[in-house]
Amino acid sequence: MIDKRVRTVEDAVAGVQDGSTVLVAGFGIVGVADHLLEALHDQGAKNLTIVANNSGNGDYGLARLINSGRVRKVICSYPRSGDYSAFLNAYKAKSLELELVPQGTISERMRAAAAGLGGFFSPVSAHTKLADGKETREIDGRLHVFEKPLRGDVALLKANKADRWGNLTYLKSARNFNPVMAMAAELSIVEVDEIVELGSLDPEAVATPGVFIDRVVAVGVSA
Amino acid sequence: MTVSYVRLTRDQMAWRAAQDLPDGCFVNLGIGIPTLAASYVPANREVIFHSENGVIGLGPKPKPGEEDPNITDAGKNLATLVTGGCYVHHADAFLMIRGGHLDVSLLGAFEVSETGDLANWTTEDPGFPPGVGGAMDLAVGAREIRVLMAHTHKSGSPRILKRCSLPLTAPGVVKRIYTDLAVIDVTSNGLMVLEMIPGMTLAHLQTMTEPKLHLAEGWQSLAPPRAMAA
Repeated sequence: MIDKRVRTVEDAVAGVQDGSTVLVAGFGIVGVADHLLEALHDQGAKNLTIVANNSGNGDYGLARLINSGRVRKVICSYPRSGDYSAFLNAYKAKSLELELVPQGTISERMRAAAAGLGGFFSPVSAHTKLADGKETREIDGRLHVFEKPLRGDVALLKANKADRWGNLTYLKSARNFNPVMAMAAELSIVEVDEIVELGSLDPEAVATPGVFIDRVVAVGVSA
Repeated sequence: MTVSYVRLTRDQMAWRAAQDLPDGCFVNLGIGIPTLAASYVPANREVIFHSENGVIGLGPKPKPGEEDPNITDAGKNLATLVTGGCYVHHADAFLMIRGGHLDVSLLGAFEVSETGDLANWTTEDPGFPPGVGGAMDLAVGAREIRVLMAHTHKSGSPRILKRCSLPLTAPGVVKRIYTDLAVIDVTSNGLMVLEMIPGMTLAHLQTMTEPKLHLAEGWQSLAPPRAMAA
């Protein structure tokens, strides 16, 4: 029997190693697995590389990991979102490295990893500082930049509903990075509002098939 | 000769840019002034707004009591979905951007050059981390890039330059610039002034613009509706 359900958020993040690359889904504060990020903080893994769109808010979730000195590097497109004081303090203190990547390049690099590709050529960032040091090639008269696949050791995901196979549905724009990160990590962990009986999710509405998911934990509907 | 004029407000600039969005077009609005353009599309046109976080058919701000924390725009403000809209995940939202599926992208900018170079992602301030977001994807992917920005810095120095002083987002991509003083097209023959606000002269506009300006044949006065007067 396939059963990816775990009882607690502690069980969900068990075994995450120091030095891991962690894919953190979400856009701003929408679709972020804050319960799992808090559990990862308590679990103690350090020297982490975080891949996210933004850089955390306030002093909870990703921001709390940064404030506690657990994050070595952030790969993101836009660190300045909401209350990003945790990131800003670490950035100014140079205790954290920033790799700035165009938003569509982050998502496509993860998709490439998920799809088993060795990378891709993109016109995005050609002739700019963000292409410094990268291989380039002219394709059909236009300069393209080679981008490598980006794989996570772990993905921390947020969905609305799951079943015991790990099939997922999302709410509105809270879908964002979740499906692509779910596909691009060795260990994909999801927190959901609700776990439902196998067969009760509309197959047409499943946005992430359970084959990409390893652990599911219910955290209840957030306020 | 004294030149007397009133600069357009942010909303008036957004109104002007919205008048150029044709019926049926698929448009991405950048953070800042461009976001305001959604409110000023003429009532007889259907325009589909794309938001990079996977909202296809972004609607206006929610009414009080109808807020849903799961729908935001690119600036993370609460938003709505229009009737007929749908959601996609991030890789597909950027496939749409990069793959030439957007007709128009309206973007903010720090600087634009006379050849349409765009600089809008970093001020190179060491205490202020850079943020590129979706700007580079939009700059190379949308079929037409139009910029909305104040014509000058607060100090009065020009933002339309012969060459951008800040790192580029993409070279040679901007086709039209809407400022608080004028509407200017970037063409192979140089910068063509299509419209100027009432009271402005080409000579005075030139003093606030580094590269040479040309007055387009049939240029017009840029006058927003009286109801929007500042």
